[in-house]
Parts: sequence; structure tokens; C-alpha cells
Amino acid sequence: MECQKLVLERLRTAFRSGVTIPLNFRLTQLEALMLLFEDNENLILEALHEDLAKPKFETVLSEIDIVVNDLCYTISNLQTWMQPTNVGTNLATKLDDCFVRREPLGVVLIIGAWNYPLQLILAPLIGAIAAGNCAILKPSEVSKATEKLLAELIPKYLSQDCFAVLCGGAEETKLLLENRFDHIFYTGSQSVARCILQSAAVHLTPVTLELGGKSPCLIYGRLDMKSAAKRLVWAKFFNAGQSCVAPDYVLCPVETRDLLIPLIKEVLESFYGSDPQQSPDLGRIVTEKHWNYLTELLESSEGKVVIGGDSIKETRYFAPTVVVDVAETDALMKEEIFGPILPILTIKSLDEGIAFINKKEKPLAVYVFSDEPQIVTTVLNGTSSGGFCSNDGIVHMTLPGLPFGGVGASGMGNYHGRWGFETFSHKRGCMLRGWGLERVNVLRYPPYNESNLSWLRWATTAKKKSWAGCSVM
Amino acid sequence: MEKTFVDGLRDVFQSGRSRPLKYRKQQLRALLQLMTERQAEIEEALKQDLNRLTPIENDIKLAECEMAAWAAPQTVRKNFNSALDDVYIKPEPLGVVLIIGTWNYPWAMIFQPLIGAIAAGNAAVVKPSELSEHSAKLMKELLPLYLDKEMYKVVTGGVPETQELLKQRFDHIFYTGSSTVGKAVMEAAARHLTPVTLELGGKSPCFIDKNCDIAVACRRITWGKFANCGQTCIAPDYILCEPSIQDRIVEEIQKTLLEFYQMDPKSSPDYCRIINTRHFDRVLSLMNECTVALGGESDRSQCYIAPTVLRDVLPHFKIMQEEIFGPLLPVVTVNGLSEAIQFINARDKPLALYVFSSDKTVIKRMLTETSSGGVTVNDVLMHYTVDSLPFGGVGNSGMGRYHGKHTFDQLSHHRSCLIKSFALESLNDARYPPLTAARLSKAKFFLGHRLCLCDGVCVWAAVATLIALGLLAALVVVLKQTPA
Repeated sequence: MECQKLVLERLRTAFRSGVTIPLNFRLTQLEALMLLFEDNENLILEALHEDLAKPKFETVLSEIDIVVNDLCYTISNLQTWMQPTNVGTNLATKLDDCFVRREPLGVVLIIGAWNYPLQLILAPLIGAIAAGNCAILKPSEVSKATEKLLAELIPKYLSQDCFAVLCGGAEETKLLLENRFDHIFYTGSQSVARCILQSAAVHLTPVTLELGGKSPCLIYGRLDMKSAAKRLVWAKFFNAGQSCVAPDYVLCPVETRDLLIPLIKEVLESFYGSDPQQSPDLGRIVTEKHWNYLTELLESSEGKVVIGGDSIKETRYFAPTVVVDVAETDALMKEEIFGPILPILTIKSLDEGIAFINKKEKPLAVYVFSDEPQIVTTVLNGTSSGGFCSNDGIVHMTLPGLPFGGVGASGMGNYHGRWGFETFSHKRGCMLRGWGLERVNVLRYPPYNESNLSWLRWATTAKKKSWAGCSVM
Repeated sequence: MEKTFVDGLRDVFQSGRSRPLKYRKQQLRALLQLMTERQAEIEEALKQDLNRLTPIENDIKLAECEMAAWAAPQTVRKNFNSALDDVYIKPEPLGVVLIIGTWNYPWAMIFQPLIGAIAAGNAAVVKPSELSEHSAKLMKELLPLYLDKEMYKVVTGGVPETQELLKQRFDHIFYTGSSTVGKAVMEAAARHLTPVTLELGGKSPCFIDKNCDIAVACRRITWGKFANCGQTCIAPDYILCEPSIQDRIVEEIQKTLLEFYQMDPKSSPDYCRIINTRHFDRVLSLMNECTVALGGESDRSQCYIAPTVLRDVLPHFKIMQEEIFGPLLPVVTVNGLSEAIQFINARDKPLALYVFSSDKTVIKRMLTETSSGGVTVNDVLMHYTVDSLPFGGVGNSGMGRYHGKHTFDQLSHHRSCLIKSFALESLNDARYPPLTAARLSKAKFFLGHRLCLCDGVCVWAAVATLIALGLLAALVVVLKQTPA
């Protein structure tokens, strides 16, 4: 589309001019983004409420504060991150300067998702700006109010030459992807991710894919059931279960399940009252389409609903629901649920639970609830996932020191904090040599001889501190 | 049949056999043994294919020595709320890695990534290039004799076999070769959401500033350009210089060529050949419009092309449209540094960039105003030899990086881990509904990072310092009060 191409051209020209390179520019843009949040908190709360009936609390924690904290962290550390890092050299290159420069990639594309419509587009943007790139933001068209707000606010606060918001649905995104970008950052589903990766291959564009999957929650051994129930319920029903890192299903022994269910009931009541529909603290399903999907999913399940199960189409309300007697082949176990339905499957042993998890695609997160460290370690070492958290849910992604991303079908690449900066940078290996020591270089020139070769090999052997203590055959 | 093959390999991986560090070190030692014991055969195969062996023993030894450190969990900074938790990043193997090699350095281009794959605990399928057929054949024979043949497989063959292989699902694909095939590899990988490392190529420019030691510069460039008969992904592809020094450059290269290969490079044992007649024809055709300053001779029966320098080459010539990958060195004249930078930036980002200058501002401008996979200043190729430097391309020249620890990292998954206990549940209360304003403030406080913003400054360090100062003050008071 002409409009898209013009925007892209404008950003490319800006990038080529070098305006995004200086630290000052990047800091100014990041600070402007902070101001965007400070000035518009009410508008943000309204938009998120309109899209997802998101309670103020959830919006503040998961859309505003998490991004603002990342901004603070990035602003405080950016100058350090931007410094070239010196690296060790071998004997032949001892007098040379070897270092790694972090350089911007160019014009990047960030495609957001609808479940955390602000966080999932602005958190990657922090990394893109910090690394010195220009960026096009493509917010999700499903979360319409936030999409509109972003389209309005971004040009008011950020440089219009360097950052742009392009709105649209699947068709527009497809067209956008025909253009060449220097990096594509996508959050969303696996099926769309495949298309994006294929479009990226045409231009050899590197991508970061933040996808999802069925994040299992293993509950095993001795544990504090009350706290476990609270943390599980919080993580599962936050944003009405529409979180990529929500615990998707529970695996536990039958005795644990029987103790857990009444506790979950109790916690749900303490969180949302006896009639969750009346609680202002429970979100809603994003669209009628998704509500239909969840309703049909529950209907086709052969499990038994022990908590909740009711829903109202007009308000897109879906009660926090727990289902038991769920078989491995059940409808609820086919894909990521992405809603407030919690299947509980029973296992007879820890090994069975681990084998169950490993039969499925690598998830974005694996959760274990147990007071026995050995059990936690066994599950950690026996499985693979984007991230891992024991005795809680979701919170591992709030720590800026931890990279957030998937593996296998749950994604590739990562971000948050410094990781976002690195994702959007090119690490350029540089060596600065002098003019001297040409006599040493002689060793490498033809005519070749064996004695020169031996000297060269000796001189290029890496000499490391740990050498003395390491057993080489 | 191929599908069962990769699935079978994944089952072997999932047995967990490749995880213990002891196993990985054993395999690396076996690889070292292979290189040492069979060196003569490998060199013979290489001679028949192309040329000489690049030493990779250092890479094996480094991986073996450092593996424990590389594989150890890396702790990270916490916020107030996670102060009592264990927070770290754990490197884990990905699973089954596919390594597709290339013909110009057939052993290095397979073994260097393989070392990282083994060190990271993966299983691997190795697909050497069919163009270096003697090396491929020998690799297929030798690898199962030394390495765990159930965990590491060699698949030989050409394009159809590679395409079949690419239909299968791998956990990472490491490809070295051309951008064209790189796109096809990435597209195949897309179907399975498989991450890729692509080590591609491009036209690596070499800018010679008039303010430099031109004689030394030309010696170094000649070495880097004509080693392996120009068939190196990071060979200086073309020279950019001001017209005033073009003659001098040609003169110095001529002197150096004489020194390196004597009067007749064709009879020098140190000068290689083009890999096959197809590439020979391709490279030769690039000379068509050009003015030959040095060399230009060729002999198709031997796939021999003399070390050749072409002068006054214009940007629109065919030789400037694709990576040469042969012993032709075009000289393109530009009017100064700015024009050189513009010239470079108008083209795809190259794998390497070279600048020769004694002027720090020239070097600085080149570094800051261009982009490339890597850079060597005042020499060529050498950044490749420092394994602590990440080696890889950007844009059209590739994605991902390797060498040393970078290979290990590239072929690992860095899994974020938060190990909590059930203690301090009261702190968590702040985040639970019903969601009151008071709870919100508390939650913000504990989840917030404003207390500890800098990587280098820790709240605990600050608190510890305060306590220490307090204790010191107390000590001083006590000492003052103690009778003499």
C-alpha cells in the first residue's frame, strides 16, 4: 500500500541520517515514552477497560508499571550497554584492540497482540529505541480502543520521522510484510508466526517470535496448599486467563486434586466474591469470537465441571472454571486454552507428569508447586520451556534481569531489560591492528613452510587462566 | 525414511545421554583424536578437493576447558519482591541440530559449529558439501568411528538430499553458504518454527586510505585475497581507494604476488584452484568488461585462474553485482572517505569490512557510519581468528553468530528460572483481588524496580555499606571511651 511504503521510506531516510544513533536521542525518546504514560494514565485505563474490561489494578500492574519499570531500568543503564566490550585475545593478536560494538539494525517492525495490547507493543519498542533503531508499530486490531489510543499518542510523544503506528487487519499486515525490515518482532500465535517467518525469509530478516503453548503446572509432593491455591488462581485468572504465560493446565496426584479443589473455591470466593460476574476485578473475554471459541471448547470437553462453567455472551463474561476427569485426548488438551478454564489432570508419579509434559510441544513456561527442592530440580532438569517458575506463576517475567522468550514451538529470541537492547542490536566483532609486527605476519605468508606453521599455531592457541587447571589429553 | 531418521535421533537425544558434561567432553576429545590421528588422510582429501587444513584443535580444547563455566547457571539481579528467591538463567540443549557445511573450508565449516553443538549437549546431523566430495566421503567414514554414532550422524548427498532433510523438523539449523540457498533454508525452517543461524556472504569492501602504509596494507590484502584462491567468505572482495594511489596499490600487489607465488603462480604449491568448472566459468565471466592490471591468465583444464587485479572498475560492471569468491580483485576509485562510505552503504551489508588507515578519524568514521558482520582494521580476515569475538553476518550477510562461547550460546536455550518458596505469602497479598487502592500501592512498591535501577548498584550493597559505616562509627565511639 502506498501509505505503508511512504511511512517506511520516511523511517529509512531518518535512520540513514544517523539521527537515532546518539545516546541523547535515544534517552529523549525513552523519556518521552515515560511521559506518555504519566500524562495519559486515565485514557489508558479507559481503553483497556473498553477492550478487555480490564480492572484498573491489572492495567496498572501489567500494562503501565511493567513497561515504566523497564523504561527506568533501560534509561539508567543504556549508556553502559552502548559501550563496546573488550574481549580477550590470543598471543598473535595480543597487541590488537578487539572489541564488540552494539549497532542498530535499521528499521524494525513490532507486531503486538491483543491480550496485553500496550505492554506487548511498547516493551519491545523500548529495546528497539534503546538500540538506536527506527520502528513501525502494528498494534493488534482486535483490541480496538488501545489500537486507536496508540495511533493517537505515539506521534504526539515520539519523533514522527523515526517511529510510526500502522493500523489494520490481516490483509494490511500481509502487505506490510512484503516490505523489507531489519528485524521483525512478533507476539501472537504459532500459525501466524509461520507466515511471518516465511515472509521474513524472502528478505533474510531476523525475527523474534513470542508465541505461546500449553504451560503446564505440576503440583507434587509436600506443599503449602493454601498458598499454592492462591498463587495458582491468581496466575490463571489474571486477565481472565488470557495470558501467554498463564498456567494452562494442572497435573497432580488425585489426593492433591481433592484437597486443592475446595481451596481453589475458597480463594476464588475471596478474590471475586460469591458471584464473580459482579466483581469489578475479573476481566472479560476480548471478543465474541473468542468467547464462542471458549464456550465450544468447554462444551466439547468430556471432563466434569466442578467450579464455574457459566458464561454470558452479551458481556463476554466467562466464569472462572475448573474441570476434572480430563483425558489426554480431551478437547481442552489440544491447544492453548487462553481463557479462564483450568483442566486438572491426575498423575500417579512425578515421572508420569514429566513424560506427559515432554510429549507435548515445548511450552512458554513450566510451573512446579512443591516444597521439596528435589522435586523442583527434577522437573527443571527433566523438561524444556521458555521459562520456569516454582511455587508461583507469571512473576518470572517481571524480573528485568531475566530474558523473556520461548523455545521450540513457543518461540525464538527474547527481550526485557538488556535483552531487548541486545535483540535489536547487531553485535559487530571488531579488530584494530597496528602497522607494526609485520615480521610476525611473515609467518602466515607464502611460500608456506612447516616451521612457520608450527609457530603460528602456537601463537594462536588461546591462553586462558583456566588452562592450568584443565585436563587436556 | 528421512522422517524416521530425525525422529529416531530425537529419541536418542531425549534419553538424556548427551546432557552430562562428562559425556560432552568425551565426545570432544574423540573429535580431537580424529583430527590428530587422521590428519594425513584429511589433508589428502582436502588436497584433492581444494587446499589445506585450517586448525580447529584450539576450538575443541577451548570448549572442553570452558564448558563447565559456559553451562553453569548465570545468576541475575532481583527486585525487592524476589530478594529471597533464586533467580538465574540456565543454558540447556535445544535437541537435534542440523549443520550444513560448505565446500571452501569443508572441515572447519562443519566442525566449528559441531564443537559448539556437542558442548551445548545437542544431538547433531552434519551435512557436508557435495562439492568437496573427498572430504564429505572421509567425514562420513570417520565420524562414526570416533563419535557416538547414534547421537551424531553424517548425511551426504546433493541438493535433493538436502531438500529432503530440510523437510524434517530440527531444533536449530546452522547453515553456511550463499544468500540464495540461505533464504530457502530459512523458508523450510519456517514451516517448523525452527530457529536458524545463517553464515552467508556478500561483497566485503576494503578501503585503503591514502594516509597509510600502502606497502604493508597491500601485503596483507594480497594474503587475504588470494589464500584459498579467493574462495573465502570474508576475503576482501574489492578495493575502494582514491585515484591517486591506484597505481601504487597495483605496484605493491604485484611485488607481493611475486614474493608469495614467484613468477608462475600456476606452478606454486601454495596457490590453489577453483573448486570446479562451473565456478571457474562463473568467475572468469566476471572479468569481461574489466581492464586487467595484473594476471588474468587461466587454464580451464586445471580450474586455474591467476591472481588478478582489475583497475578502474565501475560500479555497474557485472563484477560489482555479486560476491566474486575467486582470485579477482577489482579496484574501484572514489573521491575520498565520504564517497567510500556512501558506496558501501548503498549496497547490502557485507560479512566483513576492511579499512586501512593511520588516521584515527578515518577509522572512527568507517566504524560508526557503516554496518557489516565484522571488521578488521589495518589487516584482513584476522577478526575471524579471535574466538572471543562473535563471528556472523547482518542483513544479507546472515544472522546469528558463533566461535568459541558464542557457538555454545547460539546452540543453547537460555531458560529463565525463578525458584520461589511458599514463604512470605503475606507479601503476595498485595497483588490479590479484591483490588483496593491500598493494595495497589503496596503491590507497586514490591514489584517495582525504582529502588534498584543500575546493574552496578545494588540496594544490598548500599544497605551493607550503611551498616558497615554504622558499625565503624560505633567502634570509634567504643574505642574513644575505652580507657588508655
